[in-house]
Order: sequence, then C-alpha cells, then structure tokens
Amino acid sequence: MFFFENRQIVTPGDLLAEGDYIAGNNTYKEGFRIYASRLGLVEYEGRTVQVVALNSVYIPSPGDQVIGKIEDLNINMWTVDINSPYKAILRVSDALNKPFRQQKDDLSSFLDIGDLILAKVVAFDRTIDPILTIKEPGLGKITQGQIVRVSPAKIPRIIGRKASMINMLKRETECKITVGQNGIILISGPSPENERLAILAIEKIAQEAHTSGLTDRIAEMIRREKSARL
Amino acid sequence: MSSIMISRIRQRQISQMITSGKRLDGRGLIDYRPIKIETGIIEKAEGSARVLLGKTEVVVGVKVEIGEPFSDRPNEGVLTVNSEFVPLASPEFEAGPPSEESIELARVVDRGIRESQAIELEKLCLIPGKKVYVIFVDIYVLNHDGNLIDASALASLAALLNTKLPIYVVENGEVKRTSEYMPLPMRNYPVAVTFANISDKLVVDPWLEEEGVMNARLTITFDKDGKICAIQKGGEGALTPQQIIEAVYIAREKAEELRRMVVKA
Amino acid sequence: MSGKIRLIDENGLRVDGRRPDELRPIKMEVGVLSNADGSAYIEQGKSKILAAVYGPREVHPRHLALPDRALLRCRYHMAPFSVEERKPPAPSRREIELSKVIKEALEPAIFLEKFPRTSIDIFIEVLQADGGTRCAGTTVAALALADAGIPMRDLVVACAAGKVDGVLVLDLNDIEDKEGEADVPVAYMPNLGLVSLLQMDGLLTINEFKQALNLAIEGCKQIYRLQKEALKAKYLAIKEEVETCLQ
Repeated sequence: MFFFENRQIVTPGDLLAEGDYIAGNNTYKEGFRIYASRLGLVEYEGRTVQVVALNSVYIPSPGDQVIGKIEDLNINMWTVDINSPYKAILRVSDALNKPFRQQKDDLSSFLDIGDLILAKVVAFDRTIDPILTIKEPGLGKITQGQIVRVSPAKIPRIIGRKASMINMLKRETECKITVGQNGIILISGPSPENERLAILAIEKIAQEAHTSGLTDRIAEMIRREKSARL
Repeated sequence: MSSIMISRIRQRQISQMITSGKRLDGRGLIDYRPIKIETGIIEKAEGSARVLLGKTEVVVGVKVEIGEPFSDRPNEGVLTVNSEFVPLASPEFEAGPPSEESIELARVVDRGIRESQAIELEKLCLIPGKKVYVIFVDIYVLNHDGNLIDASALASLAALLNTKLPIYVVENGEVKRTSEYMPLPMRNYPVAVTFANISDKLVVDPWLEEEGVMNARLTITFDKDGKICAIQKGGEGALTPQQIIEAVYIAREKAEELRRMVVKA
Repeated sequence: MSGKIRLIDENGLRVDGRRPDELRPIKMEVGVLSNADGSAYIEQGKSKILAAVYGPREVHPRHLALPDRALLRCRYHMAPFSVEERKPPAPSRREIELSKVIKEALEPAIFLEKFPRTSIDIFIEVLQADGGTRCAGTTVAALALADAGIPMRDLVVACAAGKVDGVLVLDLNDIEDKEGEADVPVAYMPNLGLVSLLQMDGLLTINEFKQALNLAIEGCKQIYRLQKEALKAKYLAIKEEVETCLQ
C-alpha cells in the first residue's frame, strides 16, 4: 500500500509504503514499513520506493566526475576540496605521466593551491578519504570557463533523463558544460553572453528541480532570453 | 559519559543479561549497588558527606557565607550547587573548565533541592535585599563508576542535613558572626533515582559499563511526600511514554528506600 | 513560586487569554539563512528563534572525529538583548545544559552512522525569549536539519506542559514558567512514538505528571503538522507558481 501520490513532497519520518516493497534512496525500512529519511519527492517505481532529495551533501562514489579546488600540498600529494565532508587526496602517481623526482620537482609547479581540477573519484569508503585521479583523457587542471554551484541533490535533474536536459542546455546555449557530481559545474562558451545564459538556466533548474515540465520550460526561457537580446 | 569504549562482546553480554532480567554484577534490574553514607567527614566545612555507591565515590562539602540575595528574591537565602569532576576520579576526566556533564550533574541536583524547597531559604535572610546566608554545595566526584547523579544527590542531601549554620546577628545594620550554631532549616528531602535504558529495558543505578551501553538515561527526583520535583532525560536515545510512566512508579519506591538511609545517617 | 499573580482567571483562561490546552500562535519558516546548509526560524508567542545547521562537514579540531559516525554538536545560545535584563554573551551554565539536552533530543532522529568522521553542527540563537525556548529551539533545529538534507528517522518536535494556579496547561509562556508550579518540557518523535527530551521542575503528583506528559505529547503532535507544512512551503510555493504559469 502506498500512502502518497507519485512525486508528492514528503518529510523525514513520513510513512511511504507498507507491504513487500524495496526501500530505495533516502528511505528506511522497519518491518514491512518504508519511511522517508529525507525531505524530497517520493517515487514509486515497480516494487521500489525512493525519495529524490531536495537537498543533500555530496558523498563521493568511485567513478564520479568531480570538480575540486587544490587546498594544500605536501611532498607527494595534494589535498582537494571537493565540496564534500571528506577532503580528497590526489597523489602524484595519479596526476603525472612522467616520474616525479622528489628532490628536484616542485609539486606546486604542476598544481598550486587555489587551482581547479576536473577529476575522477578512484576510491572511497568509510575509513579512507576519497582518492582522485586526473590521469584520464579530459581530466586535469581547469584553465578557463565559469563555475556554478548547486546543491549536489540537483545534479540528476540538471543532467535529466538520458541526459535530455544537459544536451538541450548545451545545444541551446552553445556552451561546453561539464558537470561535477559534487554540485560544481563548469561552463565555457563562445561568449560571456552565452555563459551567462547557461548559468541562468542552471540556477533555474536547481530552483525548480521538483516541478514538472521543467525541460520545456527551460528551453523556452533560453529561447526567449536569446531573442530578447537580438 | 558514554564515551568509555566497551568491546562489542562485552556490550552484547551486558545487554543479553539484561534482556533475561539479570545483570553482570548479579543485581536485579531495579536493585541499587551497596550504599554507604558517612557524614561530618570534613571538619572545616559546615556540612559534609561521603557517599559510596558501589565503587562510585562522591564527597559533598557545604560551605556557608554571607552574601547578597537575588534581586527577585530579596528575602531569601541563596543556594549554589557546583560539581567538579576531579581528574583523579577517572581517566576520562580532564582538568580545566567544567564539562557539560558536570554542569548537567550540578543542575539536576540543584533542581531537586530547589524545586522541593528542601532548604527553608526564607529563614536565611538577615537584611532583606542586602545580606543573606549563601549555601554553597560543592560536589566532588572522587571515583566514577557510574550513576554520579544519584550518588551526588544523596551526598548533597546528607551534607545539608549535616550542616551547622553559624548564627549571625544584625547590629546597627551590620551582620556579625556569633559563636553559636544551629542546624540548617530543612523541610524536604529530595532523592534522585536514575535509570538506564538498555535493550529497551530500564535498569536502576547503572554502573559505568552499563552507562557505556545504555542509549538513554532517565533521572526522576521525588520529594518526601511522593511528589516528583525534577526529571532529566539524558543520553542519545529515546524512551516510550510507557517506559517513562513505569520508571516513575519504580522511582517512587526506590526514593523512599534511599531516603530512609540518609535520614538515618 | 507563590501565586502572587493570578495566572488563571475566573473563566479558566490564562494571562494571554488562552485555554489551558491551547498552544501559542506559531510561525515557522525554512531556509532563511543562505550561508548555512540548512536553516529555519520560529516564532512561538513572543519567543523568536533562529537555527542553522552546518554539515556534515570536516571535524575541527580533528581529534574529535568519530570513526563510525558523525559527531553531533549543538549550541543553544541567547542573544544579550533577548531578555528583560541583558544577558552576558558568554554561555551560562543553563545554556550549556540546554545545549546538551537539545543535542540528545535530536540525536536519536539522525542517521549519524551514514557520515563517519564528520561533524554536524547545530546553532540555535534565541533572539527573543518568552518561555519555552528549549522546546521551540528543538523544533526549529529539527527543521534546519531536514532543510540541510540530513537523513533522519523522523522530525523531532518539542513542547512543554506544566501547572499554573493548580491547572495543567500547555505551552507555558515566560510568566507561567516563572510563576507556575511546574514545567515539563518534552521532545517527541511522532512517527516513532518516542520521547527524546524530558525534564521537569516544580512539584507534581504522579497523576499530574502523567497528564502533563500526555498534554505535552498532544501539543507536539499539533506542532508536528505545522512543522511539516513549513518544510514543504518553500517548495510548494515555487511549484505552484511555475506550474500554474504553464497552464
């Protein structure tokens, strides 16, 4: 038995379902009852009951692409702020393709405090801090573009089903948009105007993430803004 | 106080025993450890007591001074309860400003004495609004083996009952100490009874390891007429209303037993 | 605690005109501070309280970090101007105790084990105090936690019951708290049916206490409904606005 309609807003402790169901994200189970553990939208899909959170922190997961800021460095690694409760570590061996000579080379000549990087999470569990790599194509130091921050909970909405939202954004704004799962998004476009438009759209998606008909509405907004500027 | 690390095996032992109605040290669920009360142990204090509750040891000293009343109670003496977790009492205790546990302890004991109106504070006024007796109750924890609240409340009551008040007189608007003493005027005898919730069962007078396992603590203080005068829930867990009501009835009986021991001492 | 002031009039009404079992007017708002990960504001009668949550985040100082769960910290603090006579800004013993009991009231609701080695910090600032601030502070802190997206078993909601002029009453204001015979603050998790904060001062018989506990729990249930509405309000307003535009 379900106690809410699909995509209704629920609060922690709300009884969502009773019976033989599977407790999905942001829910917990006691006996045959499934409760919400976060503020969000309830989704009933098949036997699974889950809540799409309206706000949450970023908890790293191996394979995630993230955007981080170099915060500190020591002999053979950097620590990276990835907008998470856990500081990430980037080891020299995960960053450089050539051998690193501890006596001669200076880490800060590769990545210095304050630099932004696009990285991938290699490992993380409850006991160790997340470990990053930038040794894959496309990863590394970020040298241009603009940064937008949103709640990490909104990232799935910004990407959209089968990347529908993000593809539409890229097409309509002509910007290159790189999404970090940690809620940080890099935008670089042909002009500051295009970038501004992309930022506006992303902020609106984050704000209205819990509403329906969002992709169409955003597309229309972008077109309206573009024509207003012509 | 739940910060002491107890191995999982030990935790399981403790909670399994309790589920079956017994405790590791052989006590029943609502039995206190052996209690020993001594009074008048510190000659320099106006009143004092030592309480041994199993291995938990607390000394309370009462000092009396002359001071100013609170502005909203100009005709009453002042009661101040303080507690010190002396570093020699436990590897967990550190020197320095009072921890939140020690502040809570003092405030729970204070509340029992104050709300039951145990001390006849209105008899402790010398010059209204200016000079009154100030009663300092200092709780000194000497060995921490659990349930500091009950031990401290008991020791405080015993020390107050033991207190000899130096008599002051007012002469030409000045207070002067005489060589006479009288007992501290007391009208009530509050006694605290503390429970630990372990595996959804309530046990009375938890010792240190049980405190390490418990998820919630509940202290209920009764006055001599069987009325509740203070309650304090502690610990990171929660209780059902039924558990609370059950605890209240047990606590009334236990408080009666403990009170007889203090008044006798 | 003598009854110099009449707290219940000949019609059985209280100093502010309420019936014995009536709550004060309550207003809550969520997401009021942009810097915090979660925040909320409550007005209950004349009590005005802000709460902010930061975290889960890195623990400072680091040696306090717990290997198997998040460290929960809570600071209940009263602004110097929140009461009649200026309160010195340094935390008093009362504030330290209340910080502890509020933390312990919220702790059983939070899935702390999901965030080992981090801290969740709750800050409660009483801007104006008119009684019941530990309860309203707990209620508003639970809202801020939910707003921060911290996983919880249930919301926590708190309300006091007490006895004034021999009558059991709900949600005491300042004068009832000071002049009344007893005060029983209670925090409750309504879906779990568990009490997570319980204190009492004053004098009550066992029967009076039982009634007061029930009364407080009933009050909690009423506030719980408002709490849930407040959490949803921010999102519902946006939803309504954009979805009606669409039609």
